[in-house]
Amino acid sequence: MDNERIDQIIDRHGCEAGSLIQVLLEIQREHHWLPGEALERVSERLQVPLTRIRHIATFYKAFSLVPKGRHEIHVCVGTACHVRGAARLLDTVQDLTGIRPGETDPELKFSLETVNCLGCCALGPVLEVDGKTHGKMSPSGTAEVLKHYE
Amino acid sequence: MARIDSPEALEALREEIASRRNPETPCVSICAGAGCIASGAAEVIAAFEAEIEKQGLQADVDTRETGCPGFCERGPVVVIYPEQICYLQVKPEDVPEIVSQTLKEKKVVDRLVYADPTTGKKAVLESEIPFYKNQRRNLIGSNIRIDPKRIDDYLAIGGYAALAKVLFRMGPEQVLAEVKRSGLRGRGGGGFSTGRKWEESRRAPGDTKYVIVNADEGDPGAFMDRALLEGNPHSILEGLMIGAYAVGANEGFIYVRQEYPIAVENVTVAIGQAKEYGLLGKNILGSGFDFTIRVHRGAGAFVCGESSALMTALEGKAGEPRPKYIHTAVKGVWDRPSVLNNVETWANVPLIIDKGADWFSRFGTETSKGTKIFSLVGKINNTGLVEVPMGISLRDIIYGIGGGIPGGRRFKAVQTGGPSGGCLPESLLDLEVGFDELTRAGSMMGSGGMIVMDEETCMVDVARYFLDFLVDESCGKCVPCREGMRQMLKILTRITRGKGKEEDLALLEELSEVAADASLCALGKSAPNPLLSTLRYFRDEYEAHIRQKKCPALSCKALIAYHIDPDKCRACMICLKKCPAEAIDGGKNRIHVIDQARCTKCGTCLEVCPSRFGAVGKISGIPVPPPPSEEARTLVGKGKKA
Amino acid sequence: MSEILLRIDGKEVGAKEGTTLLEAARSAGISIPTLCHHQGLEPYGGCRLCTVEVESRGWTKLVAACIYPVEKDLVVRTRSEKVDRIRRMILELLLAHAPDAPALQELAKEYGADRDRFDKEASFCIHCGLCVRYCAEVKKKNAVGFIDRGTRREICFVPEIATKECWQCKECFPLCPTEALQAAFVLTQSLFAAPPASGPDRTRSDAGDELP
Repeated sequence: MDNERIDQIIDRHGCEAGSLIQVLLEIQREHHWLPGEALERVSERLQVPLTRIRHIATFYKAFSLVPKGRHEIHVCVGTACHVRGAARLLDTVQDLTGIRPGETDPELKFSLETVNCLGCCALGPVLEVDGKTHGKMSPSGTAEVLKHYE
Repeated sequence: MARIDSPEALEALREEIASRRNPETPCVSICAGAGCIASGAAEVIAAFEAEIEKQGLQADVDTRETGCPGFCERGPVVVIYPEQICYLQVKPEDVPEIVSQTLKEKKVVDRLVYADPTTGKKAVLESEIPFYKNQRRNLIGSNIRIDPKRIDDYLAIGGYAALAKVLFRMGPEQVLAEVKRSGLRGRGGGGFSTGRKWEESRRAPGDTKYVIVNADEGDPGAFMDRALLEGNPHSILEGLMIGAYAVGANEGFIYVRQEYPIAVENVTVAIGQAKEYGLLGKNILGSGFDFTIRVHRGAGAFVCGESSALMTALEGKAGEPRPKYIHTAVKGVWDRPSVLNNVETWANVPLIIDKGADWFSRFGTETSKGTKIFSLVGKINNTGLVEVPMGISLRDIIYGIGGGIPGGRRFKAVQTGGPSGGCLPESLLDLEVGFDELTRAGSMMGSGGMIVMDEETCMVDVARYFLDFLVDESCGKCVPCREGMRQMLKILTRITRGKGKEEDLALLEELSEVAADASLCALGKSAPNPLLSTLRYFRDEYEAHIRQKKCPALSCKALIAYHIDPDKCRACMICLKKCPAEAIDGGKNRIHVIDQARCTKCGTCLEVCPSRFGAVGKISGIPVPPPPSEEARTLVGKGKKA
Repeated sequence: MSEILLRIDGKEVGAKEGTTLLEAARSAGISIPTLCHHQGLEPYGGCRLCTVEVESRGWTKLVAACIYPVEKDLVVRTRSEKVDRIRRMILELLLAHAPDAPALQELAKEYGADRDRFDKEASFCIHCGLCVRYCAEVKKKNAVGFIDRGTRREICFVPEIATKECWQCKECFPLCPTEALQAAFVLTQSLFAAPPASGPDRTRSDAGDELP
């Protein structure tokens, strides 16, 4: 991501320390991760120490310091989904993709994350792939859902 | 859209909007809240638009995409006005029939209306459906009537009249007094008196003050704030402005969880439309009162729902809570007086001003006034959002509105208050829901999450689950929380894996004491609650795990084994083929046996075994019975054993 | 400015508004144990070792003395069964990380903390934050910071800054209660590219001579 684009994002949110998280969220959304050079540019322009930026980039779940896969799988492990068997669903997804939450497979196909509540509790347990929600998931139905993604 | 520059102009606009709308004109309201969208509502909306055009009815029928009305279990939800006929679980294929039958011929499509699961009794009108009828939907009842992206809809139902009243006919002190008198207590978890919090900020020194909407809604299983913010964003903006006026603030923040993109979008659109009408910005309605709002997205941290951590995040830092010896109402964002309230708290404010503190305090109990929206989820028939007056019993919510436990299973516990709350057993079902009542019983109101659990839920695992959640979400700054929970989680995990020791329970209680007493913030202080409440009411389950290596709920993977009952197995081969670990041995007419060494306990076999056989079960605490002999495994003829 | 009068361990103490309980106690010769506190740094309130009991308007609560401001008529107890239990547990939890840290061992003796109560943890760091805060507030270099959160939180040197600044400084090393900070620095140093060409050759293991 070039500095020009980063500067545009910074200027849009206001070039001040308080905008740090909003700026990073937008870079993350566009680029799907936060490259080191982007963090350095933000540090320079917002006059915020790199330690603070790195703390934020690792403290908050929305950010990734490494490239993510083409498809993002989110398994909801909120309480309602947990009570309806989300743990077994997560195990199945892990077995099928070969990765654990927070990881991306070597071919950069899938990234897996657990999320704490998508607000669709009536459909629990819930699996979300690329923003599309699949409700009332059972371990046996998971392979069917995932095989549609290239 | 012309600026509204006086309260008279506001009322004139309201009349003008009403005159443009014929209440007899058919209108199709379709819920476009996150839950229904996930159930396919977008396709239903598209189908309605296509069919209405196809039948040439564009001029005669309106459609409206609304926010969540709460009956999530039966979504997508459609309500047809003016009759208020409610159709449930609507699919795109149903739409042509609805358009022809109901919109054109005013006939009800019987199969799509609500039917009681036991008696079969139908309810055609939204107001007749027991799920809604037994609620008191002061706040969420408006959702189905408005399109959140059309400010005129909000004006049409009386929106912003309270703001006008406050700006022109009430002084800030009067507003404070009214809110105090109403008895409104924070709906986010703390349950602190809203009026007193506002008053503290008003009295605090400083020219710049802030009002903040906490829309982080981190409690897993709670989504009422989402429904309010997505479905009726203007009600929150209006409440926020009334509070700002009372406190003396001219700037506001809305902190929204980034996992709620629809809410972020709807509130941003609402702010834009309010600005166009001059209901935000300088000299609102010509009153001289200025107010601006900024939307700030969260970045994925439960701890940022804690008010001081949220304020730290607003400053662009990592959300580490601050000690609250000096209240944030006095020193908050950038050390300025800041009033932070939950979405639902703000949504109540216009109602209190409009209808009065007396009206509001008619609902609820002595110490818990008003209504509360609960998200009723988990092992419950009618999953969704329910709004009830405080003081109603848990039983009435879970059975009267929730329809009880699915599958004919038994109620075991209800968890309230999110990760800071506790589990309440069957013996407390008649508890009257209120802030202090729930706290006394060992739980708390929290944001209103209500998770129902049945006999298949392991309470030790519930405690472990919440600790695991909090360990992940703890900011890590203070020792009692970071280190205390680290050790507690280790112990609980060991217990669920059959490696519990007799001294574990005492150590857990000791660690709980330190976390509760010495943690820096409420996350750490309340972290032991799920554990302590389950120990209080379900100690026998802990003891079974530790002493007998048994999980009574048949849930903890390390303590259970899946087993095929040789007397019931009919060798149909379904489980054998579906087993992802290829752990089932057997064949046609050869009774199936699970190889325990290969079994991953995914539960697929139990899921797929035909219910007429019901041969797969779980056992715990006893050794797996040895498989029958080869001869005994052979089924002769039509499923008869040799 | 008038003095605020309060009682600490039965002794009447006067202090200016804004003084913390810790400072007020010290001025009266009463000591309260601390780990994350440092005269030259903003109070942190992280280790909670300074937890004391306070009573005001009929309510008793537990607070961190290093940040709680003095209040009129406050009654403070710096030792009690409850306070001692809390301090003992905090020490035991920290000893799982740094069992041989002299600062912890001394306190462990006083409070009867068992070094082996909990299994040993992989990381020596007790998160007092002294190194991070010193570098930010005093040196203003921000060469070391925290990353991540909860039990995954760790200190982390910023290689680009550390390779330039730390060799001449090293002022945070003696601040570390566990005395293992320099090991963390050296590890970071060794994982990254050689420092700029000018200046002494730092790739030799001079660093080894610095360690105890």
